[in-house]
Amino acid sequence: MANAPDVPTANAPEAAEEQVLAPRADWRGVVRVGLLGGAVGLYLCLVGIVPTFDPRALVAGIISLGDTALLGTGLAIGYLASLRSPDGPRRSIAAGALAGTIAGSLLTLFVILGSILDLRAIALHASPVTYGILTFGLGVAGSWIPTVVLGLAGAVAGGIAVLPRRVRRPIILGLMSLLVVGLFAGVIRTPMLASPLTSALGRFLFAPEGLTVAGAIVTLIAAIGGQALSRRLGVRQRVREMPEKQRRRLSIPLLVVGVLFVLWLPQGVGSFFAQVVAVVTLYVLMGFGLNITLGLAGLLDLGFVAFFAVGAYTVGLLTATGEFGIAGWPFWAAVPFAVVLSMLFGAFLGLPILGIRGDYLAIATLGFGEIIRILAGSDLMKPLLGGPRGITSIPKPIEASPDSFLAGPLQIYYIALACAVVVAFVAIRLRDSRLGRAWVAIREDEDVAEAMGINLVQTKLLAYMLGAAFAGLGGAIFATLLGAIISSSINLFVSINVAAIIIVGGMGSIPGVVLGSIFLIGIPELFREFSEYRFLFYGVALIAMMIYRPAGLLPSRIVKRELHTSDAAQPADPTAVPVTETGR
Amino acid sequence: MHVRLADRLTDLSIAGFLWAFRIGVVLVVVVGSYLTLASGKYSADTWVNLIVTGLTLGSIYALVALGYTMVYGILRMINFAHGEIFMCGAFAGYFAAVALNQIGFLNASWVTSLVSVGIMILVAAAFSTLLAVLVERVAYRPLRNAPRLIPLISAIGASFFLQYTVRGWLGPGVYAYPDVTVLSQQVPIDFIRLRWIDVLVVTSALAMMAGLYFFVMRTKIGTAIRAVSEDKATAALMGIDVNRAIVTTFAVGAAMAGAAGVLFGLMFRQINFFSGFEPGLKAFTAAVLGGIGNVPGAMLGGLFLGQIESVGPTLFLDGLNVPSPSGLAKAIAFVMLVLILVFRPSGILGERISGQRA
Repeated sequence: MANAPDVPTANAPEAAEEQVLAPRADWRGVVRVGLLGGAVGLYLCLVGIVPTFDPRALVAGIISLGDTALLGTGLAIGYLASLRSPDGPRRSIAAGALAGTIAGSLLTLFVILGSILDLRAIALHASPVTYGILTFGLGVAGSWIPTVVLGLAGAVAGGIAVLPRRVRRPIILGLMSLLVVGLFAGVIRTPMLASPLTSALGRFLFAPEGLTVAGAIVTLIAAIGGQALSRRLGVRQRVREMPEKQRRRLSIPLLVVGVLFVLWLPQGVGSFFAQVVAVVTLYVLMGFGLNITLGLAGLLDLGFVAFFAVGAYTVGLLTATGEFGIAGWPFWAAVPFAVVLSMLFGAFLGLPILGIRGDYLAIATLGFGEIIRILAGSDLMKPLLGGPRGITSIPKPIEASPDSFLAGPLQIYYIALACAVVVAFVAIRLRDSRLGRAWVAIREDEDVAEAMGINLVQTKLLAYMLGAAFAGLGGAIFATLLGAIISSSINLFVSINVAAIIIVGGMGSIPGVVLGSIFLIGIPELFREFSEYRFLFYGVALIAMMIYRPAGLLPSRIVKRELHTSDAAQPADPTAVPVTETGR
Repeated sequence: MHVRLADRLTDLSIAGFLWAFRIGVVLVVVVGSYLTLASGKYSADTWVNLIVTGLTLGSIYALVALGYTMVYGILRMINFAHGEIFMCGAFAGYFAAVALNQIGFLNASWVTSLVSVGIMILVAAAFSTLLAVLVERVAYRPLRNAPRLIPLISAIGASFFLQYTVRGWLGPGVYAYPDVTVLSQQVPIDFIRLRWIDVLVVTSALAMMAGLYFFVMRTKIGTAIRAVSEDKATAALMGIDVNRAIVTTFAVGAAMAGAAGVLFGLMFRQINFFSGFEPGLKAFTAAVLGGIGNVPGAMLGGLFLGQIESVGPTLFLDGLNVPSPSGLAKAIAFVMLVLILVFRPSGILGERISGQRA
């Protein structure tokens, strides 16, 4: 009986046995969640996320981001454990508490072990600072604290999990919005302080970092109240029930508001944020470009930076007024040149490699990116490109006084935005064209596409060249954004950033690229703490996306439709079988 | 008819372009080598030293390449995180070395030094194996039947995850391997400058490769691995545990990479969280160079790439008056990578993967 679950038996008796054994098997699952959660908590401490985020407050003076990470782990553990626990509120709370306690006791062990042995030699963050965070500054004397706190958090989460949906959803939503608003407090506060109308409110709600206590309460009330209100009014359902025509009429003002917001965005926030917004827009632009190569044609190009470099250096050489400038052209004359040159370069590199199979192509393009990076920084190209010191004093496209609305990064933002809109338009029109369908066909199955009369190399080459052209455009804008192009800007991470945007956002999907850029570029640029763990997050995101959502967060309509039709085909199958049988 | 003509024209122009490319490469190699040799700037000693460096470098690449080639052979997947497994092995070896140094065992006598190196290699191999099995379980196994690019992207994710975990864990700084005094001494031979470390790297790499060859060709599990890489479904029908064969492949490859990590650390003395990226890519190049899926090919490819990287820049580029050619050594390895992928993707000894691949 003890090893019954391990013995493979026929389906029916196994199911019956499982029911008998259910409570025990489930408690085992709870313990497993606890251990796994404890390992995650330990990992967060050791990799330095908890101590790095700790100086930043979520609610000023009350809870830091480091504490939030730990509490969040505890809540998540409790919630997951209560899903695995047997039915009944008391059991669910007990499961949450048990899992939380197990996880916490791992952290307690860590603190005790750290006080006996000096673990710092093998882990930088096994330091008194981390122990201090875990024990609220008490050190070894407080080593019981993580166990109790995580146990309590687990119990609370277990309790939340069994609340009726009507109550549970607002609570979760409230906590989530507290987290998001707290994180972005600095970003929201700056523009609020700038205007005399809202500055008092800004000071009332937000501390320099994080929310004030009042702000936290207001956020909670607003989130829960908003949720309740929208439920009462049934907004979502009403929109869903609206006739198509009316819905379209509603979407026009929304669109106008959206456009105005996008145009206003860099003006309202400070100059630092304007720079960030400009960089995000630049990546949106390049994401649209790679979206053609990777999203539509399915060519994983990890050497995007090669064309970025061609565009950037072309503009640098042609427009710079300093040492390496050769022509002193205006930006507008140099850009078409840079784009065409990148495209030709794309043809030059693409021709030899497009015949090889997909995974080799990825590595070959990665090789190209590295070759260009090494060349750009080498002594060989130094007389031409300036090596590590680079080409400096690249003028801005528009001469504008520092306080006009086109100053500095602002004009780059508008230029990048305009280019992104154009590229998106081109991408959409191409996607719906004969060529676009050929790309998608190649992505789905090369052999079948070839059999259908698609010239593989030609079609792939076009996708590759277009991607290269847009990469060159991105590089050109980047060069004027920085006002200089140095060899260390040309690195593998440009390619990885763009590829990750598309993979996370959704292959072939325009909104996906925007969302991906905001998440993967905007947030790490805004928060120094995040930027240190940016690629760690990329790693986790890439693996998780491939396992759970290979189509991306916002998959394109075509991909979605394909998924739906295959779903629809499933129930139709039983009827299909006899038809084919009679056919034979 | 028009379309046909256009297609044929593109095909022709592509072929012409490729030939021009080939001829260009050959010209650079031949003319460059001739000019360098004719200038007589370098003595025979210099060349011998470069060759020795290439040999040690190549042995390390070969060890890492084995992991790439075996995994590709069995799963048709580029295990992009393999370079990081190598780097983590180097770190495990480093900590073992530091511990051994602290108790005064590392440099007590030449016997203890050798034993210490053996312990370091074992620790590194064990740690890398553990890590690789974990990565396989979490990041690759759920994707085993997915289209090709999907596990590749997951592998890239795993690679970044490992790199930046190490960065967070140990910081971005460089860690210096403790000095093993015996190994940095010269071998008492007159005509070449040879350190004991070079001898150690080459001999231990050769021994490990011989061991691996025996393992794959002669043992039962090795036969199972070969059967699975030939045809998974049929192998399963023959009663072979496919999962076990795949995990063993990862484990063996990782053990080699971990050992190579220690040898790399002993050779170059400095490691950091990014140390795995370039050797990883180069080892992949070596694997393709030798013919992917082909175990002796990976060894040959590694040794060959080591030579190209060590001797190549001076031999090919110096005669063409390229300034500081050794700065371009890394680029040469990548040029090699692209050239092989373009012109001979099946490698020197030919691929050994079954016909069912796309």
